[in-house]
Amino acid sequence: MTTFWSAFIIVIVVVHLIGYVWLLRSTAKMPEGAKVGETTGHVYDDDLEEYNNPLPRWWLYLFYITIAFAVAYFALYPALGNFKGLLGWSQYKAHAEEVAEAEAKYAPLYKKMAATPIPELAKDPQAMQTGQRLFGNNCAVCHGADARGAIGFPNLTDGDWLWGGDPETIKETIMNGRQGVMPAWGQVLGEQGVEEVAAYVYSLNGRQAPAHLLEAGKAKFEATCAACHGIDGKGMQAVGAPNLTDNVWLYGGSLTSIKETIRNGRTGTMPAHKDLLGEDRVHIVAAYVYSLSANKGHGRGEQSR
Amino acid sequence: MELTPVYNDKVVRQFAIMTVVWGVVGMAVGVYIAAQLYWPALNFDLPWLTFSRLRPLHTNAVIFAFGGCGLLATSYYVVQRTSKTTLFAPRLASFTFWGYQAVIVLAAITLPLGITQGKEYAELEWPIDILLAVVWVAYAIVFFGTVAKRTVKHIYVANWFYGAFIIAVALLHIVNSMAIPVSLTKSYSMYAGAIDAMAQWWYGHNAVGFFLTAGFLGMMYYFVPKQAGRPVYSYRLSIVHFWALISVYMWAGPHHLHYTALPEWTQSLGMVFSLILLAPSWGGMINGIMTLSGAWHKLRTDPILKFLIVSLSFYGMSTFEGPMMSIKTVNALSHYTDWTIGHVHAGALGWVGFITIGAMYAFIPRLWGKQAMYSIKAIEVHFWIATIGVVLYIASMWIAGVMQGLMWRAVNEDGTLTYTFVEALKATYPYYAVRLLGGAMYLTGMLIMAWNVWKTITSDEKAPATSTAAQAA
Repeated sequence: MTTFWSAFIIVIVVVHLIGYVWLLRSTAKMPEGAKVGETTGHVYDDDLEEYNNPLPRWWLYLFYITIAFAVAYFALYPALGNFKGLLGWSQYKAHAEEVAEAEAKYAPLYKKMAATPIPELAKDPQAMQTGQRLFGNNCAVCHGADARGAIGFPNLTDGDWLWGGDPETIKETIMNGRQGVMPAWGQVLGEQGVEEVAAYVYSLNGRQAPAHLLEAGKAKFEATCAACHGIDGKGMQAVGAPNLTDNVWLYGGSLTSIKETIRNGRTGTMPAHKDLLGEDRVHIVAAYVYSLSANKGHGRGEQSR
Repeated sequence: MELTPVYNDKVVRQFAIMTVVWGVVGMAVGVYIAAQLYWPALNFDLPWLTFSRLRPLHTNAVIFAFGGCGLLATSYYVVQRTSKTTLFAPRLASFTFWGYQAVIVLAAITLPLGITQGKEYAELEWPIDILLAVVWVAYAIVFFGTVAKRTVKHIYVANWFYGAFIIAVALLHIVNSMAIPVSLTKSYSMYAGAIDAMAQWWYGHNAVGFFLTAGFLGMMYYFVPKQAGRPVYSYRLSIVHFWALISVYMWAGPHHLHYTALPEWTQSLGMVFSLILLAPSWGGMINGIMTLSGAWHKLRTDPILKFLIVSLSFYGMSTFEGPMMSIKTVNALSHYTDWTIGHVHAGALGWVGFITIGAMYAFIPRLWGKQAMYSIKAIEVHFWIATIGVVLYIASMWIAGVMQGLMWRAVNEDGTLTYTFVEALKATYPYYAVRLLGGAMYLTGMLIMAWNVWKTITSDEKAPATSTAAQAA
């Protein structure tokens, strides 16, 4: 802020405060000969009158106290333009101090947990309690309080992994985030092509699909989709391409949903938490996420070819 | 003997009727969305019935339709009588009625359709904003024209407050609604970032200060002394608190933006001036309550006076609560919680609602040449059901708000947050039920009022020839 605007603010604030004091002083004094319970002599609408009673003392002092408070506050805290206040307080500094204090208190605890490898940490009940709370306040909004996900947000408890379920991969996913992109194929395949490929994909996990579409669908799948999802449709964790032969569907497994996915594509974003939580806490959350399916004993990391 | 002119009360009657109608509509929408917070399925998966679209409809309907019609009705009524003259430009006055109703109807259509500027209490899109600005300028011409042609020497205190309300609202509405249209139904604010936020809350808090406070203080300064049959307690107090109130309010907006990207000096000024605001606000409350001193016995028999005195009590209470909530450290707890909702409704239901209801009961019989409302008993019932409703509403929101604030900041031994957001939401559930009950009771009171008003204006009973216009002889 330039000196001019700073001065402008200071001047109008001071003028206002002086104005209130002047207003109070000039009305608090009763004129010569005026008495309590006497009206002003004005009459409105036949019978509306006004007494000219003095200001209640307690109210007058209350007003003066608020003005005195204002003067003191403006001297101590940042309020008058560029003047930072005698205390040197600022919300940014106050926040930084609180964060530093919390770090000093809690960081050693997290450091200790982060030194334990994830599979081991996942068996530590105390660490998992911490992990669950971190999950509840940072991850549950998308993945759900029970981590079972929702349409577009993966279930983390089923042992089926888009990007891989080994401890270090989970941690990597949380640290740096993921961008899962399924391109839109509607233009390339045409509506008939979408129908065919959808029918083929629908049939991949053993479901009945319109037989007359399957052959054309298979050919198109192998030409277009196999690059990411593999010839056998089992997916590729390196690019986050899901396995299409199981019964886990991120965006829904109905024929309609599959067609929609192929026609218009899908974009899924897992945000990076490195800067939000710091590596130590990410390590604890990763252990918690790992623990959710660690004793399921199936599928984890095995569906990749 | 001095002649009393035959006042132009047609437009007053029109606005008075619509005050009751919009009151019922706006509060019914409020009860409906309160029910949605308890039973979310009540939006039936229809976009125009979702909370996000109906909430602005509720706030616009109660503030601008119910409150606004009440202010226009009473200001036209009061300015004529206290100036001893008829309305200036009566056809323009008629235009303000139809124009204002058009704005309300357009709001009721566009808001559920999702057409909005996205600014709280200033949601209406630019074509409606322009219509409102035109209507408002016409209103100012009628009001100040009437004051200018008064046949009494002084301007009565109620008219200072109505006048300040009219000028300030024009200024606030026009400045904050400045936008660049891209189509008939879409525009972008002329301001950006923190400046936009500051313009919005300068508007937002002064809408409270001038629309919901100054305007209704004008109502108070006429109807309280009239109904009590007592002179206003202190003329000099009214001078101090008027000038202090209108100048302090202009500063208070930034307390809506504590601990945000708004520069710190702005936040501090907003907080400190909000604290100073306690004194001028209480000046109005004292002047109203002390006016009744010497007429306390009338409270036993006159339920209209009960509405007026309780409204002043809620005014005093919420103008104490407001400055406290504007203190940064208190705000750190209260902000974003339901405490704010409770605070707003203490003012809206308790102060604005009660003073308007009291004024309506006081002048509707006179406007239709009746001696009194059809049923005094019904006013009494309305008073108690509404009072209990307000208390249930604000008490539940206080508890819910403080609880949410405490739950959000609770920290465990290991530095993690004790509660997730959804746990705080779950804990709030029972209080949403109590709030719904309180709101439903208040709405029930309004329905009783609508019935009573209907019976009053359609009854055959005539007032004795001594009242109102008949005095002209």
